[in-house]
Amino acid sequence: MSVTRRRFLKLGLTTLAGIGGAMALDGFWRGSAEASEVLTDQKALKAKHWAMVIDSDRLKSAENVQRMIDACHRTHNVPDFGNSKDEIKWMGTETYEHAFPGQENGYLNEGIKEKLFPVLCNHCENPACVRVCPTQATFKRPDGIVAMDYHRCIGCRFCMAACAFGARSFNFRDPRPFIKQVNPDFPTRTKGVVEKCNFCVERLEKGLPPACVEASNGALIFGDLDDPNSEVRQVLATHYSIRRKPELGTEPSVYYLIGGGEEHA
Amino acid sequence: MLEKALSGSRRYWAWVAVLLALIAVGFSTYLKQYHEGLGITGMSRDVSWGLYIAQFTFLVGVAASAVMVAIPYYLHNYKKFGKIVILGEFLAVASVVMCVLFIFVDLGQPVRVLNVLLHPTPHSVMFWDMIVLSGYLLLNIIIGWTSLGAERKGFPPPSWVKPLIYIAIPWAVSIHTVTAFLYAGLPGRSHWLTAIMAARFLASAFAAGPALLVILCLLLRRLSTFDAGRESIQALAKIVAYAMSANVFFFLLEVFTAFYSHIPEHMAPIRYLFFGLDGHRGLVGFMWSAAILAFVGIGLLINPSTRKNERVLPFALAAVFIAAWIDKGLGLIVGGFIPNPMGRITEYAPTLPEIWITLGVYSIGLLVLTVLYKVAIAVREEESLAAHG
Ligand code: SF4
Ligand code: SF4
Repeated sequence: MSVTRRRFLKLGLTTLAGIGGAMALDGFWRGSAEASEVLTDQKALKAKHWAMVIDSDRLKSAENVQRMIDACHRTHNVPDFGNSKDEIKWMGTETYEHAFPGQENGYLNEGIKEKLFPVLCNHCENPACVRVCPTQATFKRPDGIVAMDYHRCIGCRFCMAACAFGARSFNFRDPRPFIKQVNPDFPTRTKGVVEKCNFCVERLEKGLPPACVEASNGALIFGDLDDPNSEVRQVLATHYSIRRKPELGTEPSVYYLIGGGEEHA
Repeated sequence: MLEKALSGSRRYWAWVAVLLALIAVGFSTYLKQYHEGLGITGMSRDVSWGLYIAQFTFLVGVAASAVMVAIPYYLHNYKKFGKIVILGEFLAVASVVMCVLFIFVDLGQPVRVLNVLLHPTPHSVMFWDMIVLSGYLLLNIIIGWTSLGAERKGFPPPSWVKPLIYIAIPWAVSIHTVTAFLYAGLPGRSHWLTAIMAARFLASAFAAGPALLVILCLLLRRLSTFDAGRESIQALAKIVAYAMSANVFFFLLEVFTAFYSHIPEHMAPIRYLFFGLDGHRGLVGFMWSAAILAFVGIGLLINPSTRKNERVLPFALAAVFIAAWIDKGLGLIVGGFIPNPMGRITEYAPTLPEIWITLGVYSIGLLVLTVLYKVAIAVREEESLAAHG
């Protein structure tokens, strides 16, 4: 089963809620709630619970994944420091053993064992990062997206200790000189704040799918988990899926299809 | 009373000058960190807390340990502690000052620190930690200062201080419990996800804090007219011995649970700390030194003949103090991040600037402590002059 971008957009249109209703947007930039109301676009994609399904069978090569990562990092002005100590990543890759620790075994199918799985913020339903943040700079929006206010973050990094998925990065230095090409449509960050994947809230507002989804050639499916007719729900209803560290109870909103190599219908 | 800190011997001023010099170095290094960011430290995406937060955690314990003097004195009327109760309170003040500074230097955006108050967030343990720590600081300043002021005039402390003294006792327990909750409630960090964390914190605090207090008393006896008295020193040393025994016992409980259950992620951090993982052995030497020092210290303190020998005593106490420092001021925090949530290993070692800043903060704490102790001792000297003169 594949999901094309056109189908995605159609799906988005069906989830398009009524006019106005800054509800879903409220709180993205907490500091400027009025501003975001002004920005409200009637094309905006809306949902009660945004979720992502990663169809690992469709990620044929490491380049496939890299393309998605590049799209994300370019869109969001993620700097490249060239060292792992200060590294900032919104999406990264891990092998099965590291993406799903505790679920590996010694006799795994080679294809799965070697494959690089995209890992990103899970936009957890019970996010530990939100629970611990002392300033509410990390917060959960009504549409399920765990968002950040970079202007409020004090850089205490409690959220990094709390996240069980290594999804968060800290600006150990000024990122601006290390952004290859600045995208003027998205803010750059300052040193001393934490950042992570935002499920492309700024693109959803404009009616666009997340950058990685767009670059995924159908390998990433994005939609409303609360809508039984949504593509994500249909895929989850018909395929076996897993999530990262479900035992911790954070309820990740990112699902992985691990097909074992053969094409599924 | 503060003016008493302004006159002193040459040795006193030399000590103050050394501290000021260290503070100056620390401060100028901090300015560099402020401009360049926390990238000048050894912390990384994987080990996102390091020396600063570990010192904070350790010093909360030293602060809390003032109750080990206050409880016997105020609740059990153990008069022998009358002389040192104020030293315990002032040690708490200096420690909390350092705690606050260590949090501050660890912040990526220190100018925004007031956001914690502007957007109070009761579901964040850090919010509560801030409340209990600032409350504890205030309590100890008020109690210590008014008792000393009253003593100077030859009166008992005013009656309104009494309830504060009683409140300060559970409050001290709360600061270390809440600090343990910073770590013990995080779902993905197996090394910290343990119900016994707060108990371990308190045990190690009640060992390290009083150990430091006795060392300070022994120093003061050499350097000033202040004598804590043999009996109170021995009583404190016993407290150290049993608190440290409890601390070691609690740690062994962790080892049993991790290794008998054989759950990989519970074993991994302990393995990393004591044996190294995949060739990464950064803390192995420290952890075994801590283990040896802990047992040597406990042995020397429990055995009455070595404990009573005042030439051996300082070494026994220092052994316990250093062991507790390595355990909490190094291993516990760093170990929580290794391996990372994906099971990968990034090691951590503090950088030189990070160490200078740490020393700077410690020097500020020591300066506060020096000034407060100077005042306390000068007041006592004045009294005894008046009494005998
Ligand atoms: S993956 Fe981590 S950062 Fe993302 S919502 Fe969950 S706990 Fe927070
Ligand atoms: S680093 Fe920022 S987002 Fe993370 S817990 Fe601290 S204030 Fe909140």
